Amino acid sequence: MRLEVAQGVSPIEPPPLPEAGRLKSMLHLYAVSAKTAVVVGFQYRVANYFYMIGMLTEPVIYLVVWSTIARSQGGVVGGYTPGAFAAYYIVWTLVRQMNIVFTPYGWEWRIREGQLAGALLRPVHPIHYDLADLAGWKVVVIVMWLPIAVVLSLIFHPSIHPTGLGVGVFAFAIWGAYLIRSMNLWLLGMITFWTTRVSAIFELYFALELLLSGRLVPLSLMPAWVRTVAAFLPFKWTFGFPIEALIGQLNTGQLFFGLAMQAMWVTLGALAVKLMWRFGVRRFTAVGT
Amino acid sequence: MSGTTSVVRVADLRKTFVVPERDAGLKAAVRSLVRRKTKEVHAVDGISFDIAPGEVVGFLGPNGAGKTTTLKMLSGLLYPSSGEASVLGHVPSRREKDFLRQITLVMGNRNQLQWDIPAADSFELNRAIYRIPADEFRRLRDELVELLDVQDLVRKPVRNLSLGERMKMEIVGALLHRPRVLFLDEPTIGLDVTMQKRIRTFIAGYNLRYGATVLLTSHYMKDVQALCRRVIVIHHGRILFDGDLSALGGRFAAYKTIGVTVSDGAADLTPYGEVIHRDGDTVTLRVAKADTARITARLLSEQAVADLTIEDPPIEDVIERVFAEERAE
Repeated sequence: MRLEVAQGVSPIEPPPLPEAGRLKSMLHLYAVSAKTAVVVGFQYRVANYFYMIGMLTEPVIYLVVWSTIARSQGGVVGGYTPGAFAAYYIVWTLVRQMNIVFTPYGWEWRIREGQLAGALLRPVHPIHYDLADLAGWKVVVIVMWLPIAVVLSLIFHPSIHPTGLGVGVFAFAIWGAYLIRSMNLWLLGMITFWTTRVSAIFELYFALELLLSGRLVPLSLMPAWVRTVAAFLPFKWTFGFPIEALIGQLNTGQLFFGLAMQAMWVTLGALAVKLMWRFGVRRFTAVGT
Repeated sequence: MSGTTSVVRVADLRKTFVVPERDAGLKAAVRSLVRRKTKEVHAVDGISFDIAPGEVVGFLGPNGAGKTTTLKMLSGLLYPSSGEASVLGHVPSRREKDFLRQITLVMGNRNQLQWDIPAADSFELNRAIYRIPADEFRRLRDELVELLDVQDLVRKPVRNLSLGERMKMEIVGALLHRPRVLFLDEPTIGLDVTMQKRIRTFIAGYNLRYGATVLLTSHYMKDVQALCRRVIVIHHGRILFDGDLSALGGRFAAYKTIGVTVSDGAADLTPYGEVIHRDGDTVTLRVAKADTARITARLLSEQAVADLTIEDPPIEDVIERVFAEERAE
């Protein structure tokens, strides 16, 4: 039985008018995406907690090793006491969570499963979904991190001397770290537009990041030449800088310089993403999924 | 059809993929390290057609014929190798925001809704993405939800929905921005008969209400018969037929069926043609198209005929024959 259809005779109504203001619409998109991520995050709160607890192994090992070394050397290594190490690695646990972004491995899945094709059909750059979605998840993470921080503090007795300014800078710096790392990993992930076998490149990046960010060890304990190299790279602004800002190791000038460096790396990263995206999508739409 | 009034215009459109090729086995694997062999696959090979505003066109072809590649080029997901495509006056491959806001591509085997949350929350996300004014959004959402009769499902997490229920939600989500052009790639795939019918009725209703232009691929001929007066048949990337569905049988069917009711139910009708069905006094014969008139005349003169009908074969048989002939070439 044929159903009644228009078959080329109906006038076409115009589509709904967009709401006024691109910025307002973009903020609305971020708010809705983040809200959705919060809902999902709390829905899977138990799984998320186990995930966070599982991630404590790495900093606890670093903390125990460095505290032992400090005690064996008269209580201080490179200016760090066991209490200072405890403060560093407890804040580390939050900064690490803020550093979790959409991974290059996720890109392979996204292309293979057609998720990227779906995103390309929408009139918004896909990076906005990633940023907003994970930003919402970070809100959940911060709330869930607080009891973990309390427990770790009771066990390891951190020596922490935050200033009001340091706390304020930290509040911005963790989001700056999130944005820098998002841009960097988007750039890495977009390599999958050209080849899907890029694990070796990813691993090299992660190794450099581990050594030059302050994740493995506070950068002040590294040799001078490593610190010099790190100063010219984005890694330390995603890890060491926010931690040092909160535990009170930086003066006012260093705090503002750090925020400025973060702003610079976010800007550079965003420009690089824009450029690479243009070529990558051209490649993607040339070869298909 | 005048090109100036077309919503979709395609002229000599081609898409060629270069794919790696090697034989099986270790030797071939080693050889491919130094000498990589590739071959060109012409997925779409110079097709041209226009679609008028509000038209519902069926896009038919076997797997690998080039249907999905064409839909992807028309929705901006694939860049053509050559030729021209225009949708609502836009070049799809530029993926301009104004273009994306006016089209939708629904692929029956792809899921765009968020898995862990109710579809209602995903719809809110779409509202933000497409910048749909709140009152307009609520009106359209309620209307679509009612048309598909899914009021009870919108608050359930998507992962708890059946395949058919999810497909309905996908369709609601894909139409919330009220697209003017719908590219539907197997929208009823894997669904039961009732659900297929529901979705067909919905597509027809949306087309009637909004005058939307629809290009539909489906392996279910009932979808095509219910919705499309016009069909485009594509095979090996080339268009074999573009015209009224009713003319497809005339063009490709090599036979007709004659239903004849005779007074003498025991009469042997095999001399007239192939007996494909017998039900009491009524016999269905398959005869060569060119012989239909002659055999009908013989039946009427030689048998005591109470009733006689001549029909084209079912459209499924015609399509099957078109593809079978192509394969044999």
